[in-house]
Amino acid sequence: MTSEILNKKNEKAAKLESSLKDVLEKGKFAVTCEIGPPKGAEDEEIIATAKILKGIVDGVNVTDLQSSVMRLGSLATCHILKDMGIDPIFQVTCRDRNRLALQSDLLSAYVLGIRNILALTGDYPTTGDHPGAEPVFDLDSVQLLWAIKRLEEGYDMAGKELSKKPSFFKGAVVNPGSDTEAAFGLQLIKMQKKIDQGAQFFQTQAVFDAESFERFMDRISKMNIRVPIIVGVILLKSERMANYMNKFVPGVCVPESVIKKMEQTEDKASMCIEIATELINKVKPMCAGVHIQALGWERHVPTILKNLDLL
Amino acid sequence: MILTEQKPLPEIVEKLKNEKKIFILSCEGCPEGADTGGAAAVNNIKSELEKEGKIITGVMPIDFLCQKSLIKSRVRVKLNDIKSSDAVLVVACGLGVQASTEALGKICYPALNTKTFGGVTGMWQGTERCDACGDCVLEYTGGICPYTACPKKLLNGACAGQSNGKCETDPERDCGWELIYKRLEKLGQLDRLYKFIEPRNYKKMLPSPEIRKTNLWALDEEVV
Repeated sequence: MTSEILNKKNEKAAKLESSLKDVLEKGKFAVTCEIGPPKGAEDEEIIATAKILKGIVDGVNVTDLQSSVMRLGSLATCHILKDMGIDPIFQVTCRDRNRLALQSDLLSAYVLGIRNILALTGDYPTTGDHPGAEPVFDLDSVQLLWAIKRLEEGYDMAGKELSKKPSFFKGAVVNPGSDTEAAFGLQLIKMQKKIDQGAQFFQTQAVFDAESFERFMDRISKMNIRVPIIVGVILLKSERMANYMNKFVPGVCVPESVIKKMEQTEDKASMCIEIATELINKVKPMCAGVHIQALGWERHVPTILKNLDLL
Repeated sequence: MILTEQKPLPEIVEKLKNEKKIFILSCEGCPEGADTGGAAAVNNIKSELEKEGKIITGVMPIDFLCQKSLIKSRVRVKLNDIKSSDAVLVVACGLGVQASTEALGKICYPALNTKTFGGVTGMWQGTERCDACGDCVLEYTGGICPYTACPKKLLNGACAGQSNGKCETDPERDCGWELIYKRLEKLGQLDRLYKFIEPRNYKKMLPSPEIRKTNLWALDEEVV
């Protein structure tokens, strides 16, 4: 093999590595965003959103039939992003696939160059638009991380050897704002179990209150948890959206004070940017990065990042 | 008739590895009929545990372990023996283990796997639910079944969908994992939750050919 071909191969391999991992390992403040695939056989919307995010974020999550609503798949969308030069984060839930399909999709993701996985339980089907669907949940999120670890060691869950091992940068989710002491205790125990099974970074459920996030960070620091935490921030578009989320989105709680701010303004977009900028500024010193869930308002992400001196 | 199978003895021994003094509660209802309980089966388990160096603090057969009131009234005479034990081994179906844990306020280990309800549910009239999964882990969750208490059947802890202690599937339904957490907290056994539980083996749910051949499986086909 000539050195030229070898160089090209190395170049290709380097491109295949996770840039999100690189940023977190270097201790740089990471910015991730997310794309929810459309309900239809088209990619125009994905490409348009991806063009806004390209070059300004370190990774883009692709949701896996978010809120149990049937859509275009996460794996295909991740592949489109990868082709566009964006580092995708493949969200994998346990709701729709048994262990055979999950392991197979993970291998598929690897051969498509996808390196970041976010392992989740998934919402219950009754929260979505196919409420009569069978809830699979063959594995839970901790067992999914365990299964990924085994694939990386060269074996499937049945102990059969793989012809080639994949390697991923593995993330998980934690809810820092649980509303009862028992729920909080359960979150912390499960977080530890996820780390024990190989979670290398966490993205949190949406945070709206810097003080409660600080309490969470204190608690995990006392538990000696040192993995990078990327704080989740949802761009709030209106008071109606906040009320809707409080009522219908599991694990999300928008405080009254934030809802009031939205109510009192005509210019919702500017208020959205102001609320997000203020919140991220407060939580930035406490954690490793921010995950902005723009939910269609990706066009405002560059302004927020400029406000934060991240662009 | 609820059909059960005895867990392999090495599995029972492994489960009890951190416990020294053990009290055995056995059900004289369905397990006796299915030959997985009753005096012979219980004696066999008892002598195996004694061989492993365990101290058996007592053995008590009760007619129907799925009846909490029956358990409470019958164990009264043995209460001190039970209290001084490290754990209770329950030779009963999943309902019996759940009812025993609640009635005794002590970690109860299942000695049997529940395979099928065969259309009936013993004398059970309580809030307990058993999925007949064939792979009972009730000692780990403090006697509350994660398969039936959690709609997602999560084995390694709660999802993040609960709100004020209620489940994301139904605002009037308790989050099963919060119930498990509170029970273990009350028993001073929260550390149990740090144990990683491997994926459930769905193969164990299938009744064995032996069970399917018995008249207990198909009462209408084979009358002895």
